[in-house]
Amino acid sequence: MKTWIAGGMIAVLLAFVPAGTPALAAADKAGAAAALSRADAAAKVATSLDDQWAPTAAALKAAHAAQKKGDNAGAIKLADRAYRLATLSIRQAREQQKLWPNAVVR
Amino acid sequence: MKRFLILALSVLLLRPALAAPGTDPAADLRAFQGYFHTQFPKVPLADFVNGPYAMDAGMRAQWKDIMQFPPYQFALDHGKDLFAAPFPNGHHYADCFADKGVGIAQDYPRFDPKTGRVVTIEIAVNRCRAANGQPKLKLTTGDMADLVAYLTDLSRGRTIAVVVPADPRARAAYETGKAYFYSRRGQLNFSCASCHVQGAGKHLRGDVLAPALGLIAAFPVYRSSWGNMGTVVRRFIGCNKKIRVVPLPADSVVYRDLEYFLAYMNNGLPVAGPGARP
Repeated sequence: MKTWIAGGMIAVLLAFVPAGTPALAAADKAGAAAALSRADAAAKVATSLDDQWAPTAAALKAAHAAQKKGDNAGAIKLADRAYRLATLSIRQAREQQKLWPNAVVR
Repeated sequence: MKRFLILALSVLLLRPALAAPGTDPAADLRAFQGYFHTQFPKVPLADFVNGPYAMDAGMRAQWKDIMQFPPYQFALDHGKDLFAAPFPNGHHYADCFADKGVGIAQDYPRFDPKTGRVVTIEIAVNRCRAANGQPKLKLTTGDMADLVAYLTDLSRGRTIAVVVPADPRARAAYETGKAYFYSRRGQLNFSCASCHVQGAGKHLRGDVLAPALGLIAAFPVYRSSWGNMGTVVRRFIGCNKKIRVVPLPADSVVYRDLEYFLAYMNNGLPVAGPGARP
């Protein structure tokens, strides 16, 4: 019972914390920068393997645009998508390095 | 005896360095052409250069009608004028090529031992321009496509004879092109072979997929969907976009190597360019 009351009081207090407090904004900005850095690095690897997917490039471009506009949450979401796509394309390229001979006409 | 053994051992050790292991373009060529002959036994070898028109009678009839007034004729005429026009220094394109550029297209792409790279006919045109103080042309369309259309027309009917010499760099370039052709890529996970080997002769929406054999023999082409002329590289870029992979730069080494592989697979077929396609 006491736990429920304490939890409810914390929830009420948090509801009054403005979303744009400086600490949270800084965390969002840092989070966006980290997400973009991760996505950029993965996209670079995909490009080096001649297998950069078009949707990866589009998501990355949109992520950078969002960050520039100050939409950190949007930038993180798009950067994460770009990262997932880039990771898939890297996996595809590395697998194909071993698999392509199976398709050769003999 | 000792010297003989050392010499014999040296030769055996050096031999693998002369060519990439497992690279045998001649064997690949026999297998490649044999495969398509088996798949399409009624299509004469030379007819593969007509791509989808060798696969579909209805399309062939339409193509014959179109060819009464070839849609590439304006490009051809423009290419002829461009080729004949002197550079500001008084030299001509003809000075850069063997036999003044007449009957050379069937030998391209070529391996250049000086640079260790494959040289396509478009790259050769740009090299000529650079040697005469002129800026490079775009590799995909415009004046380049028209010039190459003219050069190719001068070789129409000649037998394609691309050479992959025993130089390990040439063999490596050939293998790079071959690997690119057969490797799946892009969000749609297609390789060139997906459409032009496994899908050859089949329909993809309203199009009939051309077999890889003879695929680039009619380039540069006037494509109805483009409304103008385009080179092989323009088509590579377009195909990459279709399978949702970011295209490489037009002058990339990989595209040259891919063209090298595809052109070698056309050896023995006649030059059929410039051509017209849907």
